[in-house]
Amino acid sequence: MTRLSNTTLALTAAAVILLAPLVPGVPAYLFDLFDNIGLAALVATGLVLLTGVGRLTSFGQAAFCGIGAYATGLLTTKFGWSPWATLPMALVASGLVSFVLGAFTARLSGHFLPLGTIAWGLSLALLLGSFAYTGAHSGIGAIPPLRIGTVALLQPRQIYAVIWACVLMAVGLCHNLLQSRFGRSVRLLRQSAMAAAAFGIHPARVKLFIFVFAAMLAGLSGWLFAHDQRAINPTSFGIDAGIRYLFMAVVGGGGYIWGGVAGAAFVLILKDVLEQVLPLVSANPTQIEEICFGIILVALLQVAPDGLWPLLARLRPAPAPEVPPLAPGPPPPLAAATRSGAPVEMLRLVGLGRKFGGLSAVDNVDFALRSGEIVGLIGPNGAGKSTTFNMISGALPPSSGEIWLKGQRIDRRKPQAIAGLGLARTFQHVKLVPDMSVLENVALGGHLAGTAGPLHAMARLERREEAALLAEARAQSLRVGLGGVIDKPVGTLALGQQRLVEVARALCNNPDVLLLDEPAAGLRLFEKQALAALLRDLRAEGRAILLVEHDMGFVMELTDHIIVLEFGRKIAEGAPDVIRASKDVIRAYLGAEA
Amino acid sequence: MSEPILTLQNASVSYGAVEAVHGVSLSVRPGEIFTVIGANGAGKTTLLNAIMGLLPLRGTATFQGRAINDLSIEQRVAAGMALVAESRELFGAMSVLDNLRLGAWTRRGHADGDDLEAVFARFPRLKERRDQRADTMSGGERQMLAIGRALMSRPKLLMLDEPSLGLAPRIVSDIFKVIDTLRLQGTAVLLIEQNARAALAAAQHAAVMELGNFTSQGPAAVIAADPGIISSYLGLH
Amino acid sequence: MDLTIFLFLLQDGLTNGAIYALLGLALVLVFSVTRVILIPQGEFVAFGGLAFALLSTGKVPSLIYVSLGTSLAALALDLWHLRGSWQGASLMRAVAWRMALPVITALATLALAGPHTLLLINALLALGMVAPLGPGIYRIAFEPLAEASVLTLLITAVGVHLALEGLGLLIFGAEGFRAPPLSSAQIAAGPLTISGQSVAIFAVTALVMLALWQVFSRTLTGKALRATAINRTGARLVGISATRAGAQAFGIAAAIGALSGVLIAPVTTLYYDTGFIIGLKGFVAAILGALTSFPLTVLAAGAVGLAESLTAFFASDFKDIVVFSLILPVLLLRSLRHARAEDEE
Repeated sequence: MTRLSNTTLALTAAAVILLAPLVPGVPAYLFDLFDNIGLAALVATGLVLLTGVGRLTSFGQAAFCGIGAYATGLLTTKFGWSPWATLPMALVASGLVSFVLGAFTARLSGHFLPLGTIAWGLSLALLLGSFAYTGAHSGIGAIPPLRIGTVALLQPRQIYAVIWACVLMAVGLCHNLLQSRFGRSVRLLRQSAMAAAAFGIHPARVKLFIFVFAAMLAGLSGWLFAHDQRAINPTSFGIDAGIRYLFMAVVGGGGYIWGGVAGAAFVLILKDVLEQVLPLVSANPTQIEEICFGIILVALLQVAPDGLWPLLARLRPAPAPEVPPLAPGPPPPLAAATRSGAPVEMLRLVGLGRKFGGLSAVDNVDFALRSGEIVGLIGPNGAGKSTTFNMISGALPPSSGEIWLKGQRIDRRKPQAIAGLGLARTFQHVKLVPDMSVLENVALGGHLAGTAGPLHAMARLERREEAALLAEARAQSLRVGLGGVIDKPVGTLALGQQRLVEVARALCNNPDVLLLDEPAAGLRLFEKQALAALLRDLRAEGRAILLVEHDMGFVMELTDHIIVLEFGRKIAEGAPDVIRASKDVIRAYLGAEA
Repeated sequence: MSEPILTLQNASVSYGAVEAVHGVSLSVRPGEIFTVIGANGAGKTTLLNAIMGLLPLRGTATFQGRAINDLSIEQRVAAGMALVAESRELFGAMSVLDNLRLGAWTRRGHADGDDLEAVFARFPRLKERRDQRADTMSGGERQMLAIGRALMSRPKLLMLDEPSLGLAPRIVSDIFKVIDTLRLQGTAVLLIEQNARAALAAAQHAAVMELGNFTSQGPAAVIAADPGIISSYLGLH
Repeated sequence: MDLTIFLFLLQDGLTNGAIYALLGLALVLVFSVTRVILIPQGEFVAFGGLAFALLSTGKVPSLIYVSLGTSLAALALDLWHLRGSWQGASLMRAVAWRMALPVITALATLALAGPHTLLLINALLALGMVAPLGPGIYRIAFEPLAEASVLTLLITAVGVHLALEGLGLLIFGAEGFRAPPLSSAQIAAGPLTISGQSVAIFAVTALVMLALWQVFSRTLTGKALRATAINRTGARLVGISATRAGAQAFGIAAAIGALSGVLIAPVTTLYYDTGFIIGLKGFVAAILGALTSFPLTVLAAGAVGLAESLTAFFASDFKDIVVFSLILPVLLLRSLRHARAEDEE
């Protein structure tokens, strides 16, 4: 298959789906089923983004459907609005409510979030059922149908195209969103909030956005539902429904754009089939249906714990990877020129300390780093090197002492702000997104260079910036020697290469100060030599580099200055030759000689 | 020379989608310390975890002449294998005594009093702190407890992952003394260390691991004298 | 609201709270050992209560066949797993471990069920029917997914919940049942009348907690289960079987669920689907206890019960809303405190 076919395939599929009502002879009840699938798929697609990609589990999406449905239900029946005019209101209402709820609950971590969503998932349906204004338990009836021109969309076959146009649009928007600066940050966030923060990503904002977006898709589904059914009541929007939507997203394949559609289709078609078949074989079809449904879903998850979509996707030939075009013209110039000139102090640690419980992990450490200099930070495992890195990059607040970066005190600042001052780091335990390509991972480092938000991404208005970002990422990938694997998922690379991806990602932030945590571990000899050459180039550009590394040959050959830590304290510091000769260092680093 | 108790032939281990250990072979004999040295990320821990059964291992692995690839960890412990993991993996909210008792889990139903006394004799500090919670102890005490807990299962093969990690030199030398005593009493020891000098000094046999391969293997004294090894792992001289 | 009413609400709330505490403890246990959020806990409650109610009318609940069937299916999987190494002794042990309780319960039920059977025997029979469902369901649905994500396990739990709820409708029908009280005594204490059933609920809850505490702090098996909850890798390294610990946790949870059902069946009309919301409140208590701490869970359960009974008095329509919304500020506080530690997996 050629690259062209990917887009063609999508367009053809969209045309086939949308033109289906023109096919004569399809029974009406099938369109009813398809309509229901589409309505559920909208909610489930939001959950793919929220839960599958963002790992924020929500049981409460049905409540947002309810808000959309009741918004239009009330406005059309009590205030005589036209159905189309209520669409923005339905979206705004679900968006606003989710914004308020999300401001609280999207901050919740771990298992607290699902419980929070259960709380309002339950509460909203109960509230709707408690007020006479909303029709209490019987809900709202006689909701007008949607009209196109003078035609009222009364039949399942008629509203079908509207529903599925919305589904395709939702999938398209999610697709655009994930293939962008914002989408990459969602994925990194799921992997490691610490790494995300280190490159300027604000976890709370990203979470809140996907939360509101998923809720608005649910609100849209609710709006369509109200005009499809033309009568609504609270039972459609309770916690049971919320659980069902989550179910669909997971069964379909939470990590895949089409997972929501696949899951909605599977669940609803299965229900339909069971409803048709079971009365033929049993006297208690409704009871048996629920049992069979539960058992089949449990069995399915045993076979496909990642959902149906990856199984389906295997059936069709793998599409060519989407290679983003290189930006026209020369890549944006690096800011290296500004760093030339006499060395200046870039980073200074003053009496830095960090306690964990009663234990001092870092104790009263002082040192400085100047531009155009590589400083080695060495010491046995557990000496406090990574803790020092975490404090400098803002991931961990110091217990005592000061950190100064380019003349500004940063020891109380957030990692995002510190990254913005021109500091970038790598992590000893790599924090990359394994199912994203090398290029996309590296592009995460340039997060702060971009400005395009999620809305631009969905509308594909950020393609110029995106191309520039990817061009920079490509340049940095080539620079660290990953040109040959640039399109491979990072999870398939050897550990050494993954460390180089970390280096390239850090370089993408165009840092003045670079913190490298064991970049050479797992590299072959010639790769180490290439890395050493790269670090020398970076030094020549005037960057300041702080290097943690266990390979002594590498450190001794490369660094201008070495700081030795043991049990959190600085026990020596000086030029490599001085350190090499120090008795204290030999004892600490190589262990006690018997 | 006695028969090997643990033998690996062409053993490979994958971690996620990546193969981290590529076809290594080794044999460890009773009364011998076999050490694997190498840089962070060389695949040492992965290898040890796979021998213990925490990760699947391809190739042949035999313990006391019996293939162990299909054995559960429980069966491996019962057969006489024990691993002291790099992160210790203690039961933090439980007492020292409970941690030790659970070490004898595979022999439950049999008296463990003698084993307890033996551990306390080896590590008097643990006896003093027998009722203290494991997560309130210092790094060195935790390492002692981790080794003590492993000994409670009466292992014939003791595997140690970085026992010196984060410990003061004096405690490291204490722990190495205990390991050596165990060896003299007939236990086979498979030791992974970053602290190459201490490991090579204690071991009889050694292998150097780089990027998932054994680049050299032989008597520890020979490895320790290899100029290439000296420059990469003992490189300060 | 006068003092009498307040005391009555207090009693009511704490009684419910005791049940939530039991369920919360079971959920915490199951989650910390297996990472499964046990949504079907509610069905264990409903099944236990309904079976008990049905037995007190002298009928034989068809739940015994569900229990037998589940255990047989689990046994079949055991035997399939052991294929190739079938030996007399191990085969017998596998069969006995799966089948002893359901078979004995089924036979005893058929022999003893009648309108005049002692309530205590009925309660034990109900427990014996529900308890084997725990390990059976664990074997069938969760053991093969030991490496799956928490989300996949959660959704699997929802699937099990749906299947069991359908089964509940099939075997118990859609109508509600109420069982006779374990004790019909009324104790006057000042302005307050304490019902014998409340006392029974408190006494049994306290006994179960005491028993659990003894098991977890005194016996090696209990300690092994706790060790698995504290550090799964550590437990595996000393040779504690994760699947066995999982089966035990599920067994305890099912038994506790059934017991809770037996305790509330005399005070609440139970339907086949009542269990879900009760289980959910146990879940609230468990989450407030951070899914790991037993004492916190008990405290939180008391608070949930109290909040529920007080709002039931003032605004009964909003009872569940208040219970579930009250927890948001608590969740937020806890979450902020935990936010820092989140990244260090």
